[in-house]
Amino acid sequence: MGSKTATEAQKYVWEGAIPLQIHLHESEVTTLPSPSPALILAPRIGYLPLLVPQIKPFFSSTLPPGSDTVWFEYQGLPLKWYIPTGVLYDLLCAEPERPWNLTVHFRGYPGNILTPCEGEDSVKWSFINSLKEAAYIVNGNCKNVMNMSQSDQSELWRSVLNGNLEAYIRVSSKLKLGLGGDDFSIKLNTSSLKYRQSAADAEASATIKAGRIPIRLYVRRVNEDFDDVEDAPLVDNWDKVSYINHPVEIHDNGKCFTLGDAVKALLPELFPDKSLPNDSMSLPQVEDGEGSALEEASDTGSARSPEDTGELVRECQDSCSLSETADVKLIRIQGIEPKLEIPFAWVVNNLMNPEHFLHISVYVRVQEPITV
Amino acid sequence: MTTLSNQGKIDISCWDGTISQHEFHTAASAFAERWNKFNAALPQCSWVARPKSPYLSSTSKESCGGGDDKEGEEELSCSRFQEDDFIDGATMLQNHDDASHHYDFHVVYNASYRVPVLYFRAYCSDGRTLVLDDVEKSIPAISAKLLMLSKWTFITQEDHPYLNCPWYTLHPCGTSEWMKMLFSYEPAVDHGGVAVAKYLVSWFSVAGQVFGLKIPFEMLSSIGN
Repeated sequence: MGSKTATEAQKYVWEGAIPLQIHLHESEVTTLPSPSPALILAPRIGYLPLLVPQIKPFFSSTLPPGSDTVWFEYQGLPLKWYIPTGVLYDLLCAEPERPWNLTVHFRGYPGNILTPCEGEDSVKWSFINSLKEAAYIVNGNCKNVMNMSQSDQSELWRSVLNGNLEAYIRVSSKLKLGLGGDDFSIKLNTSSLKYRQSAADAEASATIKAGRIPIRLYVRRVNEDFDDVEDAPLVDNWDKVSYINHPVEIHDNGKCFTLGDAVKALLPELFPDKSLPNDSMSLPQVEDGEGSALEEASDTGSARSPEDTGELVRECQDSCSLSETADVKLIRIQGIEPKLEIPFAWVVNNLMNPEHFLHISVYVRVQEPITV
Repeated sequence: MTTLSNQGKIDISCWDGTISQHEFHTAASAFAERWNKFNAALPQCSWVARPKSPYLSSTSKESCGGGDDKEGEEELSCSRFQEDDFIDGATMLQNHDDASHHYDFHVVYNASYRVPVLYFRAYCSDGRTLVLDDVEKSIPAISAKLLMLSKWTFITQEDHPYLNCPWYTLHPCGTSEWMKMLFSYEPAVDHGGVAVAKYLVSWFSVAGQVFGLKIPFEMLSSIGN
């Protein structure tokens, strides 16, 4: 975020929150009646361990003796604490659940599945480490982050903890991690129509300077067919998710680089026919959500037609042999499903997380080949 | 960002210490070949191809096989080391149940830092993972070596990029610095550059030092130019 003032979209992202209903795991309930679940609002750009001070009071009187080693799970899946809350929600809740029902554990940390987390310090270290990585990707070195003054670093972290976008911009703009090329502003208001118009106008001037962009892509693999996203089976194992921590390279060729171009660059196997003349024909179309989509994780995006998408990709795949066919069912960023034609510069500058990574959740349906 | 000048050589004068995914493949092939040749007594290295996308079938590539330029992700894997493979391992303290410890090493290309990264884990014969404290007790030299290298790297615990579970790793942020330095001492630098194939061997001469693996000198001597 190289600009000195926040855009409307950035404000929406920072204000975005997910209502959580947190249940203490039954094995740790030692009193009757069992405690009611904790209801809290979790910032999208935050991390689950940071919520422990708010959650603990609900359960402290009922916990068994011992020291706390807190971890969260969703439907049996231990949650990786270093992934921002909003990303976990977008990835794991095919049909957004409100409130999102999670289970908290204070004992029995699964050290063979989750890396250790000692509360806020671990999360802060992970955040700064990711910021360094982003700086390395953009600038070729992490000097700007390493050379931050102690007070700047504290202020940056506190701004993330408190969801204070103005304070964040004040400190982070000194890091000069901006991408350039975001030289259009889009006035977002509650009218979705206006949003779409502005996006179309701005597209023409959406160039981006050459370089590398920090991206974290989460590809959720589904083996069964489903017509509606809500029918996607639960992730019961992290092996069903491919985590791709790979920068996107932008080349300076004057063409508008779109979100679709970026996804294509990261998952070229999904778009095997590169010789199609028209970008919009080669990519599965994804409808964006309504204007309210940016307020919090919204699922009310208009329905895509899975058959169209499947057909489009299968057409592309006829010319090359893959052992399985796969198609993209969903692309979600900060709870919205952006149109693939949106300039990538806009997406990155407005939807990235505070550590300067853009997190993208992709649902891919894989069809097993029929063996004869 | 291009590091290759010609014929797989690195021009030191304008090099930032990093390599591309393709160069990693070249360098790792050369490394695995020399490792398997000179370290007959140590566990052999093998390539493990990790499909980047979940829907391409995984095929194991031979360590000397030519790579197409659509490598998904691949890692070099050396498994089942034991304590006496390490220089200081022989002086380890016997743990009380006499189970011997095993070590797995994986070398994975990191696309953000554009360098190889060492991942390792230690476990007992019964499969139980060892914590870093136990590892340091078994290989006392580790802490000392790490202190020496602390300007360049440190050990953290992170999710293995493909196996989705916690492994220990040497942090990659200092790697390009030490590689730049190492290669600046190469005698071949005046003769049209240093071969990319040397990269991983040189890298390992630092990263591997943390563990004090018993590596024969022939492995580290120059790969033909």
